[in-house]
Amino acid sequence: MQTEISKQTGWRLFVRSVIGRAYPRAVGSVRDLNFLFFDVLMPFMATIGYVYVYRALNAPEEYIGFVVLGGAMMSFWANILWSMASQLYWEKENGNLALYIIAPTSLMSILFGMAAGGLIATTVRALAVMILGSLIFQVSYVVTSFWLLFAVFVLTMLALYGMGIMLASLFLLLNREAWHLSSMLQEPIHFLSGFYFPVKALGFWPAALASIIPLTLGMDAMRQLLFAANVDFGFLPVGLEVSILAGLSVLYIAAAFFMLRYMERLAIRQGKITDRLS
Amino acid sequence: MLAVETSALGRTYNIKKTRKTAGHQLIALDNVTLNVAQGELFGLLGPNGAGKTTLIKILTTLLGPSSGSARVNGWDVVTQSDQLRKDINMVSGGETSGYGLLTVQENLWMFSQFYGIPSRQANQRIKELLKIVGMEDRAETKCSNLSTGLRQKMNIVRGFMTDPRVLFLDEPTLGLDVGASRDVRHFVRKWVDDNPDRSLLLTTHYMVEAEELCDRVAIINQGKVLACDSPKALKAALNAEAVYEIAVSALDEQDLERLRLIPGIRRASLRQLEEGAELQLIFEDDGVLTRLIQFLAERGSLIQSLHKREATLEDVFVSLTGLSMKEVENGHAD
Repeated sequence: MQTEISKQTGWRLFVRSVIGRAYPRAVGSVRDLNFLFFDVLMPFMATIGYVYVYRALNAPEEYIGFVVLGGAMMSFWANILWSMASQLYWEKENGNLALYIIAPTSLMSILFGMAAGGLIATTVRALAVMILGSLIFQVSYVVTSFWLLFAVFVLTMLALYGMGIMLASLFLLLNREAWHLSSMLQEPIHFLSGFYFPVKALGFWPAALASIIPLTLGMDAMRQLLFAANVDFGFLPVGLEVSILAGLSVLYIAAAFFMLRYMERLAIRQGKITDRLS
Repeated sequence: MLAVETSALGRTYNIKKTRKTAGHQLIALDNVTLNVAQGELFGLLGPNGAGKTTLIKILTTLLGPSSGSARVNGWDVVTQSDQLRKDINMVSGGETSGYGLLTVQENLWMFSQFYGIPSRQANQRIKELLKIVGMEDRAETKCSNLSTGLRQKMNIVRGFMTDPRVLFLDEPTLGLDVGASRDVRHFVRKWVDDNPDRSLLLTTHYMVEAEELCDRVAIINQGKVLACDSPKALKAALNAEAVYEIAVSALDEQDLERLRLIPGIRRASLRQLEEGAELQLIFEDDGVLTRLIQFLAERGSLIQSLHKREATLEDVFVSLTGLSMKEVENGHAD
């Protein structure tokens, strides 16, 4: 006699699915220590390079902090591109996507799970880069408002992962192009979002355009809240950046919700969920 | 209520033009009408590329139909997919789903969460099912360390774990060794027998699997259902005719074409052996044998063995299409 099972529906099913899909990401970072090399050490190398450039130029000491913060936040963008946007391509390749679709849960909950698990794992990586950089280069922080800093981080992550889910829905129709697109979006965003320098240096319009990537404003606000620089490097006032980030969060999460539904239907109609003809 | 119901179901793919080939439409399913009753183990038998997987994809809401309609457990596959998904599950042969870093138990638990099963019940059920398939000692093994056979057994557990009302198995024993295939078949048959309110639709291109497992079988080729009945009834219809296997010293495809012109030969297929060849023949009656022996003698082909036997589902397929499944898969149908 087998155990009788009950099946929950509605928000309980949603929450279970989020936890279920977050689990492999959360435990993955503990079981697969390759991340220490690929996700901590490698990004840190680029950070080190910029630190020495600034030192050679006798730039204000705060710039070392800007680079260390940028190096840490870079992990989040990598996570969005490779583990959110193009993730459904990998899931399609190994057969998981079909199983997600036929399950009674929503694809949104699966992507929320990926985001939650990815956020946990990436925060660990980002903190490792931040701590390592701060210790090696003796970065000093002057936190003007911890709660505002926390709010900026949370809003940045909400908007960023909302954007990740939205991109994932677009990538649902792609095959190997997903991989190329992710590669293509990596370095230009590193530059445009000001990972290694204050984005204000780009000029108003390029910086405003780059602000559609939540990390641009998020990093700018965090730098303003973490470093008491003598120079005015902030792109926009922190209050305004927080408001824009809140707006982007709502916009991206809402767009992700609608686009995911639409793209799922389109992919089913076009036969792109599994991409095998017979 | 029927477990599965399709009416004039069709699916076409637009194949894009490439440098080497012109753009065209591929008909994967053509006007398929089928019914699967509750409690039935129904088989779709056909060669690779026949349209079996396309049909399963439509029934599991992974693919939209181009024409016609389909219902599973009463739910329409297009307009009621959310309700339908609560009642089904699917396992495919050669599936590599799940995550290699997770253990068998963790992978199965993860999938159970997408069905809203409380963890305690899920873990208990996983334990029971792993025991049934002989994998209780593998619960803590990482998926990446499992053999193909064990991985497929884990997939089978994943499919049954959610207690679906209709389960779809797409080539469930593909790539498995004889022992593992037998275990899977045994488990599948027992599940249907023990749960008369549950239904199972299975696709296969293994005749033995269809004969051994299925209550009814639909033979499908080039997207069309050619026949649908119990394996016994399908074979009985052919037993009125004469089915022969004849091993000969030598015979080629050209000879086979000429042989097919002998009056009274309904179907003929040829399999080349290391030494000689084997003919599979269906005659209208035993009298045709004399003409066949004369034909072979004229070509200097010596008969090495000859025996009349009971019809198999392969013979049924040959009788319906004029070709063996292997020939169809090798492109002779074109």
